[in-house]
Amino acid sequence: MANTIENILAEKGQKFKSIEVEKDLELEIDEGNLLAVDTNPIDIKIFRTNKEKFLSELARDNTQLLLNRIWELPTHRKEDVILAKLPEPKTIIPREKPVPKEKAATKWEKYAALKGIQKSKKSRMVWDETHQEYRPRWGYKRANDDTKDWLIEVPGNADPYEDQFEKRLKAKKERTAKNELQRLCNIARNSKGKVPGVGLTPTEAPSKDHVSKALALAKSSDASLGKFTDKLPKEKAPKNMGKKRKFEPNTGQTKIEIGRQLDILGSIHKKRPAIDVTKATNKMIDAKQRGKNQKTKLPRQNKGRKSEKKTAKSTKKRGGGGMGGSGGKPAGRKPMGKRK
Amino acid sequence: MVLQRIIKPKNQRVKRVLEKRQPQVHENTKQAMFIRGGHTSETVTEALKDLYSLKKTDSTMLQKKNILRPFEDMTSLEFFSSKNDASLFMFGSHQKKRPNNLVLGRFFDHHLLDMVELGIDKFKSMAQFKCDKCATGTKPCLLFSGEAFDTDHEYKRLKNMLIDFFRGPTVENIRLAGLEHVLNFTVADGKLYIRSYRILLKKSGSRTPRIELEEMGPSLDLTMRRTKLASADLYKTARKQPKTAKPKKRKNISKDVFGTRLGRIHMEKQDMTKLQTRKMKGLKRKPIAAEDDSETGKKSKTSEPSDEN
Repeated sequence: MANTIENILAEKGQKFKSIEVEKDLELEIDEGNLLAVDTNPIDIKIFRTNKEKFLSELARDNTQLLLNRIWELPTHRKEDVILAKLPEPKTIIPREKPVPKEKAATKWEKYAALKGIQKSKKSRMVWDETHQEYRPRWGYKRANDDTKDWLIEVPGNADPYEDQFEKRLKAKKERTAKNELQRLCNIARNSKGKVPGVGLTPTEAPSKDHVSKALALAKSSDASLGKFTDKLPKEKAPKNMGKKRKFEPNTGQTKIEIGRQLDILGSIHKKRPAIDVTKATNKMIDAKQRGKNQKTKLPRQNKGRKSEKKTAKSTKKRGGGGMGGSGGKPAGRKPMGKRK
Repeated sequence: MVLQRIIKPKNQRVKRVLEKRQPQVHENTKQAMFIRGGHTSETVTEALKDLYSLKKTDSTMLQKKNILRPFEDMTSLEFFSSKNDASLFMFGSHQKKRPNNLVLGRFFDHHLLDMVELGIDKFKSMAQFKCDKCATGTKPCLLFSGEAFDTDHEYKRLKNMLIDFFRGPTVENIRLAGLEHVLNFTVADGKLYIRSYRILLKKSGSRTPRIELEEMGPSLDLTMRRTKLASADLYKTARKQPKTAKPKKRKNISKDVFGTRLGRIHMEKQDMTKLQTRKMKGLKRKPIAAEDDSETGKKSKTSEPSDEN
């Protein structure tokens, strides 16, 4: 009986193709990315004979191996669908953007941390006395909205002609401006680079220099950058304002341009070496002496192999002593004849 | 984690968009741009379209022609990257010097990281394969074969880039029946062969199915031309993973076969001298002075049950 059942099972198994694949080197499989890397070398000869068939077979085998591994993963059912739980991807892929940095603490946050002050959550809805209901603390239809007042009582000590509405509005604007400035200050404090200043900031005890700078800045702070601002009589130019670059005009003023070009030419001309009088005289003397030697001791000159080294040495010495500097070399060659 | 901007966003919608574009611990799926160059041949446009459709839902096709040379000037591509918030691109062009050219690249922080130029030698589009295609947005299985992917530096990077390009979203769970697309990358004979197949799951007599493949296209034969790879330093910084991205290890909690949660508790060593054994009258430790008081207490206790009776 047992044999027959086994036979039937074996027959059934043969009906289907195998799911086993044999490889020399095991595949590197990263289930998290549904990725399989086959490091087995490709047989070029077989590959060249039929590329498409080779590639599709290779792909089938590798897919089979990959899916075999995926089918082994733990599964669960959700709404008639079988889901496999994938592990974390193993292959590290470069990120799209750098790792986020933590936000730098503001001046208040630093202070609060130092003092141990903790944030307390304020409720969003607040009781509104006039409407007798809960209303949001801020925003549209907010509770205790003082911008909607149609009448404001003038305080006892206040100037009766002062506009209280405008005063309130101005105070609000001041507060927002202050908040914005503090926000910018926090950014500036936390940014590494130096933040450019805004002209001149007020100081407690302005120096004379500071005042004159402020005056100069104020004068140039109009639409025409101070082009049409009138000068006071006997007004001096401000000191320490830094230099401004100035450019020559592109057209006109040919005279200046000609002069500049001539200057360049002159400088080039100057580079030609001036005549060195001592060198020249030495040369002359040398040439003369050589002429004498050629006349008197011509035959000896050609034989002089033996003494050549010595002469070379001696010339060096002479060059150093007598002629000076660069003049030594050209003169040094001559002594061949001069060696008496 | 909000970046400090000097100029505040004007409204909530813009603020939300800007916040979404900021660096995040758990990143979104990389978006790809498909860009046509000044002149493109039919093969290149077809290839771009096909690859675009494979990458769909995470890709945008830029409709206009862009006369660009990525290997000479990257600025406009980097601009596109920041404008579209995309960090992958594929650029197609056709020139006399480099016919049927595809440039595959990726950005890090909107600056170029890697870029590889591939020439199309042979191309067969998806439309040329008369068969069923897989659904759009399926996460493909990726297969890499060939020694070069393991040994050659350029091919190694290319492999990483191709995984990056085609892997789609990272998911926790996957529907087993939904695995229907395979991309096969093979390097042989100095060429890169890209083949795309549809998976057919057949019966095998066991739980795991027998796999059969049907080619659905596109199929590309490519040769590598120029490359511009990230320096080791930049590549390292790009690969850096945030600490918080890793889940914290849960200690001492486990589940058994039936799904019951079990916890392991660590306790101090028990003090045996204070151990409470069986309570018996004779073993009771009593302070000697208080003996008399306890006796009186007992009497009152015993009297109560008698009342009930």
